[in-house]
Amino acid sequence: MPQYTEKVIDHFMHPRNVGEIENPDGVSTITNPACGDTMMLQVKITGNVISEAKWRTLGCSVAIATSSIASEMMTGMKLEEAEKLSNKAIADALGGLPRVKMHCSVLAADALKDALKDFYTKHPDKKPYTVAK
Amino acid sequence: MADGKVIYMDHAATTALHPEVLEAMTPYFSQLYHNPSSIYGPAQLARKGLDEAREGVASVLSSRPAEVVFTSGGTESDNSALKGAAMALKQMGNHILISSIEHHAVLHTCHWLEKLGFETTLLSVDKYGLVNPDDVAKAITDKTVLVSVMYANNEIGTVEPISDISKAVRARAKVLNRSIIMHTDAVQAAGYLDLNVDKLGVDMLSLSSHKFYGPKGAGVLYIRRGTPFTAQEMGGTQERNRRAGTENMPGIVGTAAALKRAERSREANVKHVQALRDQMIAGIEDTISRVRLNGHPTKRLPNNVNFSFEMVEGESTLVNMDMLGVCASSGSACTTASAEPSHVLIAIGQAMDIARGALRLTLGEENTKEDVAYVLSVLPGVIERLRAMAPVK
Repeated sequence: MPQYTEKVIDHFMHPRNVGEIENPDGVSTITNPACGDTMMLQVKITGNVISEAKWRTLGCSVAIATSSIASEMMTGMKLEEAEKLSNKAIADALGGLPRVKMHCSVLAADALKDALKDFYTKHPDKKPYTVAK
Repeated sequence: MADGKVIYMDHAATTALHPEVLEAMTPYFSQLYHNPSSIYGPAQLARKGLDEAREGVASVLSSRPAEVVFTSGGTESDNSALKGAAMALKQMGNHILISSIEHHAVLHTCHWLEKLGFETTLLSVDKYGLVNPDDVAKAITDKTVLVSVMYANNEIGTVEPISDISKAVRARAKVLNRSIIMHTDAVQAAGYLDLNVDKLGVDMLSLSSHKFYGPKGAGVLYIRRGTPFTAQEMGGTQERNRRAGTENMPGIVGTAAALKRAERSREANVKHVQALRDQMIAGIEDTISRVRLNGHPTKRLPNNVNFSFEMVEGESTLVNMDMLGVCASSGSACTTASAEPSHVLIAIGQAMDIARGALRLTLGEENTKEDVAYVLSVLPGVIERLRAMAPVK
């Protein structure tokens, strides 16, 4: 589909890190209010680094592609970096998205923030100086 | 497909111009470029082409040629029909009756008319998308000036009982001793259903040429003689003062050629696509679980297949099918950044989350049994792959 970049199609057709983690440290299931897409994200945290990320998404091709590439981007990220991972950075990593599909990239970014929030709620001692919004 | 062939199954969106139609249109781009309203000899050839096109369309509609108005397409025809009738009758009343599954060309025009003081009643439909003629009769008031119900729905293919609805409207109009105009949007019906305006009993009927292998940017509005109508285009006497503007001659000639051809081959084409449709519907129901056929099982366009798949988003199905060489469509929310799924699927009572998973395959004359077999060989895998990715519910 020419309206999407090759990267979007690649991640949609060959999604990375689909599934669940045994005993995840942070979990989130959120729904995009704009279109109803739903993403479940689970992260494993080792020290102050996201060591593993798995997800499941019910949504459009862009929601699936952003879930996939975001899971790659966050893996190996320090928590304070991960908190700042924006939907724009995710969209840029896919080589850009059509304007009307930008809202789909919010899902993965929000799921990550929400999963980290879940982690901090369970482990208040691990919370870094930068406070997650 | 493996050999790079693309299978087009979105004929409700548009069709390819037929070579025979192109041939009829070609002279009117250059040699016969003259303005049909001009007085000199060459212009009379253009005038002749215009008259013949009008007669050709009239012959398919079983109407008088003078009742045929050429427009820029289905959208203009619907807009003009509703606005033209409403404006002409605004002293008589301000109530318009339409079905809840009309095309946006009708729905949005009604919303605009509401700003001018008109009131619209949306008739509910049953789970198949059918309008009940009794409901139409009951909804008519002493302020009703216009009723508009589509002949066949563009998404789910349900064919409405137009002639029964027209009868119900006439009966009520007689009792109330008032003039009520009956319009039908027949954009999806052309080429598949009988367009005889007397049998349908309609005062106005809209057509769009590119839906029946004609050119884009061209269409027809049939206006029965004596129907109150206020022109929506001004600045010329063309189309008997009902649509000003120099005639789109290639489009008009192409419209007539395409419509005559569609009517001539209608019986054979209906038989052809209906067999493919039934093969597709049976195949999907046999191989994929948690599916729902949208629209009526039998009162549906012979070329329309529309399914909702639980636990998938329609846009994902479309993109994946595109990667496999199949062009299809959906009423998916996520294609337009809108939270609203198809108003048609909601009107037939479908839950939001299921309506999001709709897939529409609309067949055409060039599709084959092998095309359908190919789609049936890949679609179950696509749905399975997408469902496997979804969060477990």
